[in-house]
Order: sequence, then structure tokens, then C-alpha cells
Amino acid sequence: MSASQAQIQLTVNGQQASVDVPPMKRLLDVLREDLGLTGAKEGCGEGECGSCSVRMNGELVNSCLVPILQAANARIETVEGLAIDAELHPLQKAFLECGGAQCGICTPGMLMAATHLLAHNPHPSIEEIREGLAGNLCRCTGFIKIFDSVIAAAAMGGNPTHAR
Amino acid sequence: MLTPNPNSFFDAMTASPKTRSQTRIVGTPQIRKEGIDKVLGRAKYVDDLERDGMWHGATVRSTIPRGKILDIHFDPGIDWTEFVIVTAADIPGKNHIQMIAADQPCLAAEAVNHCDEAIVLLAHPDKRCLPAAVAAVRIDYEPLPAVLSIEESETQHEIIWGPHTAEGNIFKQFHLEKGNVDDVWATAAHIVTGEYHTGAQEHLYIENNGMIAEYSDEEGLTVWGSLQCPFYVHKSLVAVFDLPAEKVRVIQAETGGAFGGKEDYPSILAAHAGLLARKARRPIKMVYDRMEDLAATTKRHPSRTRHRTAVDKEGKLLAMEIELATDGGAYSTLSSTVLSRATLHATGPYVCPNIRIRSRTWATNTVPYGAFRGFGAPQSIFAIERHMEQIARAVGIDSVELRRRNFLHDGDTTATEQVMREPVILDTLLERALKESGYTSKQERFARENPHSTIKRGMGLAAFYHGSGFTGSGERYLNSLAGIDVTPQGKVRVLVSSTEFGQGTNTILTQIAAESLGITYDDIEMAPCDTHHIPNSGPTVASRTSMVVGHLIEKSGHQLISQLQESYGLSEPYTRDEFFAACDRYREQAGKVESLCRYEAPPNIFWDDQKYRGEAYPAFAWAVYVAEVAVDTTTYSAEVTNFYAVQEVGRVLNPTLAAGQIEGGVAQAVGYALYEKVLLKNGHMFNNQMTNYIMPTAADVPPIAVFFEEIPFDYGAYGAKGIGELPHDGPAPAILNAIQDAIGESFCSIPLLPEDIFLRMSIHSLHEEPAPV
Repeated sequence: MSASQAQIQLTVNGQQASVDVPPMKRLLDVLREDLGLTGAKEGCGEGECGSCSVRMNGELVNSCLVPILQAANARIETVEGLAIDAELHPLQKAFLECGGAQCGICTPGMLMAATHLLAHNPHPSIEEIREGLAGNLCRCTGFIKIFDSVIAAAAMGGNPTHAR
Repeated sequence: MLTPNPNSFFDAMTASPKTRSQTRIVGTPQIRKEGIDKVLGRAKYVDDLERDGMWHGATVRSTIPRGKILDIHFDPGIDWTEFVIVTAADIPGKNHIQMIAADQPCLAAEAVNHCDEAIVLLAHPDKRCLPAAVAAVRIDYEPLPAVLSIEESETQHEIIWGPHTAEGNIFKQFHLEKGNVDDVWATAAHIVTGEYHTGAQEHLYIENNGMIAEYSDEEGLTVWGSLQCPFYVHKSLVAVFDLPAEKVRVIQAETGGAFGGKEDYPSILAAHAGLLARKARRPIKMVYDRMEDLAATTKRHPSRTRHRTAVDKEGKLLAMEIELATDGGAYSTLSSTVLSRATLHATGPYVCPNIRIRSRTWATNTVPYGAFRGFGAPQSIFAIERHMEQIARAVGIDSVELRRRNFLHDGDTTATEQVMREPVILDTLLERALKESGYTSKQERFARENPHSTIKRGMGLAAFYHGSGFTGSGERYLNSLAGIDVTPQGKVRVLVSSTEFGQGTNTILTQIAAESLGITYDDIEMAPCDTHHIPNSGPTVASRTSMVVGHLIEKSGHQLISQLQESYGLSEPYTRDEFFAACDRYREQAGKVESLCRYEAPPNIFWDDQKYRGEAYPAFAWAVYVAEVAVDTTTYSAEVTNFYAVQEVGRVLNPTLAAGQIEGGVAQAVGYALYEKVLLKNGHMFNNQMTNYIMPTAADVPPIAVFFEEIPFDYGAYGAKGIGELPHDGPAPAILNAIQDAIGESFCSIPLLPEDIFLRMSIHSLHEEPAPV
């Protein structure tokens, strides 16, 4: 291990992972380049668009703003971990049925933000949904069908981990 | 299937039961074809793709708006042997990216004509080494005076494009004349003038432009990218690389939003990545970051429109004189066709016997402006729909009534003498919009409440059409080819170059194919969008996919069924298994099962390019939109509190997708009206970050109620007309009309920011205050 590299352990979608990378490398790049998880996207690189949203130790973060050093030993959840054994997460089902995904580039981040919202608030009001998703930009839908999707997912039992 | 949420107040879509019952799959809310990959996060966008041995590319760009390139210095502090370097000298073919004219270089060689113009390309195995290298390339210039606005270009003091004559700096102009405008002014009851401005707008697709290129002498050039128009890219690469057509291959990756922003720019980026790949002899990936994408790629054309209108004492339009100017940027790109569409939408959906329109698009030393949803129509519709509001005030009648008195109806003619042969139901749309929005009662209530509140509320409306498909003879020139084939594995594939970038191409074309063949939605898949394997069904622009390409797929399906019934023993009715068995017999005899159809113009559609007259569009989508706003007179912010969108787009092919198009377009246009301001300094966009170029968020969008009236159009797929661009046309004037209703101030420029409202209201309140004693 060279001086400019760091050995970082983390748990991603329940799996142990170990990477040997520059300590300031962004969590987003580690996920995409070192772990092959390309679900999280880079839209702006400055924490405005939310397309790189993942959950870290149960908190919603913009992975483009997290140096990997900060994620040492952290528990990371990405869009790839949402569906369990080919069974779609209620939010994924709802996004499909309600038209919550158009071009799909914001969808992974939007799904993680919505997951986070429902984990804390299984039956959010429309104002709470607006607030909860305000950090995730979508240029296609005008957000309306995304709101509908979150409402529909909440009606389906929202977050399965929460429901258990 | 989920049941619709009964508490959702966002949309209430309608379709007449009659049209719904005629089809099994068309008109139903089928799940987005590629949706499952998108919600699982496994859809592959260009930045998610890797090639063996791939390097990364970056671009050195001009830092001045106009000048001669004297020299290129490479700072010795960098080990340049690690890099592959490309300049214009490395271009094997023509150094231009041709859209309509061949004036835009692929890489600037002797001169630059705008900031952020590409000059040098660099490639390196580690993308993290590229920013420092780009900064270490210095270009020496001899600066020349720059032209940075329409007004400066109009003076023609500096000619930056075209001949040094009265035509200088003009990319294109149109002059349209109907009736006799000059005779009317003397006798008109009212003459109303106005000047209206619209700003640039960034597409802000969430996926930036990106491309991967691979080159070998044997295979030629292959690119994978985020793009709308594979054959536009193909044409550009053939010219730049001087390769035969079969040695250039363009493959669309999943594309994360486009809105017109990936119509022409991908041709440039593909050429850049290709040049690096050719020199490096290895695959090259070029993906812009947000700052580069905002600074260097196209935006919506800024515009200035002047109206002079004669009306009689009842408010009937007698004559309209319109002067339209757009800023085209440094190269001609698509500006002439954007101007044409702006011109053809400039009179609004009104009938007027005497019309004169002079329109020009001007060269400036800014990044070329390009295609953006609406393609010139939002600019000219903003002007006419704000102007109608001023006419109503001059005449002294309600602006709703003014519009009603002047609406186009069946049999009327437009500015180009196009006779309205298809039904025009503006009156129905207007009545529905008024009813659904509670327009009149809210307007009266707001007028009562406003004097007692610091929040002033208002209602505003806009009526408009959007021409479906290419303008004039465009579709004849495109001569699109599209169809279906059936694989030995028992899959029907849709063969088109029409791309999916969120709007639903895959889904609606699959629905149309399944419907016309009498099989299921799941039996159909989209052939990969790869120019080696698909016919050219034209670019994915101009609200043409559902109407034009969809119709070709419908015809291809019917054609195949006829062939199977005539020659391969398919009976009527038939089962799914019988269909595929008949296809197998067809394949045994013919080698493959393929059914393609070429575009044929609907009858009675003629356009005279020389006279600029005739059927400008085969069909129009029509709409009346209502905005409800609240202006906070403490913070001076204007907010859209409710939005109602009523439209007739022919047959609605998929109600979920169609409503999604309307809602997304309305939200984007709310940004156009109230939030999104492109700030230029010396022609360079300096708010080129999402932090300071502000689009509406989930917290900002109003509830949007969407309503469709359906009148099937005989020459569109199952009656469909265009839909995608329409929703960007009307919201901005509706919102500013509502703001005028709320606070009595007439604003004529967008974007309209709180500081603009503050300035206007402050000046007026200053004037109203008593003089100091």
C-alpha cells in the first residue's frame, strides 16, 4: 500500500468490501469504479442534484461529497440493494406503475431519497414528500409522478425493512 | 397493477370511452419498456460503460469570444509524452460539423468565434490527470472585437458571419406577408405595440453530454453515446473522418435526458472522442462535468419580438405586424429552422386577415444556441400571449373574451394561408380550462382579497398551438424509413433510429407495434439503436415520433399481417402462436421477416419553400393553459400555486406517459419563466453550476392538473399528433399574465426574477409617494 493509498473497509448493501484507494477519493467514484456499482450517478459533482444519493449509516448523503476516508467502516445502501431476491422494493414497483421514472438518470438517487423518507415517515403528507425530495433534481417529470409514486409506495407498505 | 391513488390531486386524465375501446394496447398505461432497468439502477448510460484499455479525453477551450489563434503552448511542467494530443491538424477529413451549413469547425484552427470553443483535445489513461493538463495548455490570441448581443449584431459595425453587405451577420431571415397590412392602420380603433424578450435557457438534462469512441483501420470508427439523433452523428463523422458510411457506426447508450440539447452537440463530441481514439489507437471516453456542459453546449435562443397590432372596437384583429429577432450564437447550426418555427407560431392561434412578419436570426460571439423543446415556439408564443393581454386592456375587454373573439376555427387560414382542415376546438379547450381551474370565481375572489393582503394572487391564461413534425417540406426531405422484423427466436423488434431519452419512444412504439400485429406488448422489443442495424427513421425531435414514426410502425404492422394472410396461411382471426408460425413460414421462404414503410405526406399537404407559404404542418396540437400565482410583496417572489393544462394532441397513446410529458414540460417552463437565468460575461456563461443556475425543485413545482381532449388525426399513429414540445410553449405567458392580474404590473421579459419585480414595484411606489415637504 503506497503512502497515497488507504485501505478502507465498508459494508455495501450488506456485503463486506475492502478497497485500496486514495483517501480523498469520492465515495461515488469508489462505488462506481472500484466496486462496479454504477447505479449512483454524477450529475453535478457539487451536491446539488442528488443523483449520487446513497444512504450511509442510515443517513442520506450525496456520495460525490463524501471522501472515502469518511466512509471507513460505514454501512452503505445503494439502489442496487433495494430489490431483495428479484422482488422489487415497493418504491421501485410504484415508480414503474406511476411513471415516476422517465429518462431514469435521477431515478437511483430519487429512490434512495424516497427510501430514506419512508424509513423515517411511513405515511408522509404531500408537503413532507416535497421537502424530503427537494435535494434531488429531476428534469423530466416535473416531480408530479414521483410524488404519486411515493404516495403509492407508502400505501403498499412503504419500506419493507421498516415494516418488519 | 396498482390502482390509481384516489387521493392524488395531481392529474385527472380523460379519454373518450369510444377511442379507448377501439384498441387493446394503444391508449392504455403500459409500463415503460425499459423502466425495470431504470428502477433497478442497471440501465447503462455512457459513463457506466467501459472498454478494454480505455483512456479518458478532455478539451482545451477558448477563453476569449473572438480572435485569431497565434500559438499553442504546452507548459513544460507536464510530461506530455504521457498524453495523446489532437489539434485541427489531425483531422483526416473536413474540419466542420455540418447541421444545415458547414460553418462550424470541429476544432478551431485559425480563429475562435466564441468562448469555450474547442481547440485542443487531450487523452490520458487517468482522468484525474486531465484537469491540470488542460490548464497547462495556453493559447495565444490576437483578440478581435466581439459581438455579444442581437442589438450589437444588428448594427453590423462588426461583421462576424457572412458577407460584408446588408446580409452580414444574418444567418437566416423570413418575410411573410398576408393580405394588406399597410391599409389598416389609419382606420383601426386601437393600435397596440409591445416589445417582448426571452432569455437563454439551459436544458439541464441531469446526465451531461458523454461519448466513447473506438477506432481501427479495419473496423473504422464506432461511438457509443448520449444522443438524440444517431444519423446526424453518423453524417458528421463520415465527413470529419473521410470514411465510407459503412465504416462509421453510432450506437446510442441509455440517455439521461435531452430536451433538444442532445440533437446537435453529440456530433461534435463524437468527432472529438473519435479523433483522440484514432490517434491514441485505443478507446476514449469523454464525459463532460456539469461546468463544462453548461459553458460549452447549446441553449435556447434568446429572442426579442416586437408587435404592432391593429384591432377594431370589438377587439377583432385587423392587422398584425411582427418583427422577430433571435440570437443564434457564433455558428448557424439549427438557428434557421428554429427561426422558422418561431415565425410560424408568432401570430398565436388567432385569425387575422392582414399579417406581416419579418424575422431574423443574428450571429453573435457566443456558444451557438440550439434546439430546445419548443424550438422557437416558446419565444414567439410568449410574445403574442403577453401582447394579447395588452390588447385586451387597450380595448377595455376581458382578455379571455378577446381570445375567444379571435380564435382560429375550422376553415380559417393561418398566416401562411394554410386552411384549417382538421377540427379546431379552441373554444372547447378554453371552456374546459376555465371550468377546471375555477378561473372566474378565483379571479373575483383574489381581486377582493388582494387589497387586504401582502400576498397578491392572480389568474392568467395562454392559448396556443404547436405544429407537429418537421416544418414545411421537412418530412418529405427526411423521407423516413421505419418498420419491424421478427427474429427466429420469436421476438418482434421495432426498427427505428428514434431514440428513447425519457419521453417514452420505446413504450409507445412497442404499443403501436403490438396493436397493429394483434400480439402482446411483451412480444415486442426495441432493436438496439445502432446505425449498422436500423433504418433511418429521422431524428428524434420536433414532436414527430408518435405522429410520423409511430404511423410508419402502424403501417408496417398492417403490411406484415397482409403479407402473412395473403401468402403464408395466416387466417383471420388468428392466435399469437398462429402469427409466429406464419412468420416462420415467411422466414423459410424469404430468409428474414421484415416489414418497412417509408414516409408519405398526407394528401393536400404542400409547402412552398420559396414563397414560404402553404401547409406549414400536417397537424397541430392545441392547448389552453391556466396559471394561478401568488406574488409576495414582502419578498417579491412570484410562485405558481396551481397549474391547469388542457390540450388536444390527437389520440393519447399512453395516458401515464402523456401526462408525464405535460407535467415535465410545464415544470421546465415554470423554470423558464421564473427561475432560470443564463448569465454571460464576455460571451462565457459564468453561472455554469447547478448551485447558481436554478431550476424548479420538488418544493417549487405547483400541482399540475392535466386534461386531454382527443380528436384522432388520420395520418398519425392510431390518431396521435405531437405532444412533447407543446407543454413548454404556454406556461411562461400564462404565468406573467397571472402576475399582471395579481399586481397590475405588465412584465415583458423572462426570466422574471424577484429582483425584477422588486425594481418595478419600488419605482412605482416611489412615484406614488407624496413629495417631501
